[in-house]
Amino acid sequence: MNPTVASASVIAAALAIGLAAIGPGIGQGNAAGQAVEGIARQPEAEGKIRGTLLLSLAFMEALTIYGLVVALVLLFANPFA
Amino acid sequence: MLNTFHFLNSSLLAKLEVGEHYYWKIGGLSLHGQIFITSWVVCALLIGVAFLASRKVERIPSGLQNLMEYALDFIRDLAKDQIGEKEYRPWVPFVGTLFLFIFVSNWAGALVPWKLFEIPHGELVAPTNDINTTVALALLTSLAYFYAGFKKRGLGYFARYIEPTPILLPINILEDFTKPLSLSFRLFGNILADELAVGVLVLLVPLFVPLPLMLLGLFTSAIQALIFATLAAAYIGEAMEGH
Repeated sequence: MNPTVASASVIAAALAIGLAAIGPGIGQGNAAGQAVEGIARQPEAEGKIRGTLLLSLAFMEALTIYGLVVALVLLFANPFA
Repeated sequence: MLNTFHFLNSSLLAKLEVGEHYYWKIGGLSLHGQIFITSWVVCALLIGVAFLASRKVERIPSGLQNLMEYALDFIRDLAKDQIGEKEYRPWVPFVGTLFLFIFVSNWAGALVPWKLFEIPHGELVAPTNDINTTVALALLTSLAYFYAGFKKRGLGYFARYIEPTPILLPINILEDFTKPLSLSFRLFGNILADELAVGVLVLLVPLFVPLPLMLLGLFTSAIQALIFATLAAAYIGEAMEGH
């Protein structure tokens, strides 16, 4: 593989996963904070809040995973290699 | 480039492979053999358990029958929540198949020590660790919701594309492509990421340290199966509801 392409791919992979982690990180923090607030206000709704929270956290995590998929494609199945 | 990390280790346990497949050549096609083998194992397991549980159905369930009734209840509630009281019944088998297949594949990939079974090339992994499996499941979901929409609303189904205004037509069409794309990538990425993370940690510290991550992996795999089934049911429900 061309060394320029190799180094560009590694940097791109790092950027892909790093940048993709920012947004969902903020989002998950917000969601978890709001859920804690909800539980503090209404402890009897804890079960329902927890279920919804887990489901929505998994959705947000999927966004980082998209970045990860791109990073893995660049590293292991690079189309420009 | 970084196809394998063989150079770091030589032990049986700690080997990290991505994009290595055990190819079966059938006609002009090359198939990923290891995925077929594990899928068949998962299918056999599911069919076997279902057969054993329903062989001698009793009025007061116990043991395996109890477990399967619990699973059925769970799936029925899931479908009922997403599709609606009136329409959900015909879709329970589909949603249930998706959920059980993905759930059992994910857990089989994490719990069964596949590395003990030698195959000529590559290694045995969860079926959902291959993008082809997840794309197939996602496309089946697409077909299912198109079928549901047409069956319920006929050609009126196309009215969905120009709602609420015709300006949104391109976005509505785009949505039909992004749905299977995100479904398949989400499942594939999560399972692959999980196995890779465990693999890297096993590579660094082979004993005990990877255990918490493995437990987290079991948890995320279960959640991903739930999400896939929930979203499939939600898409089907959305296609059927009229405006």
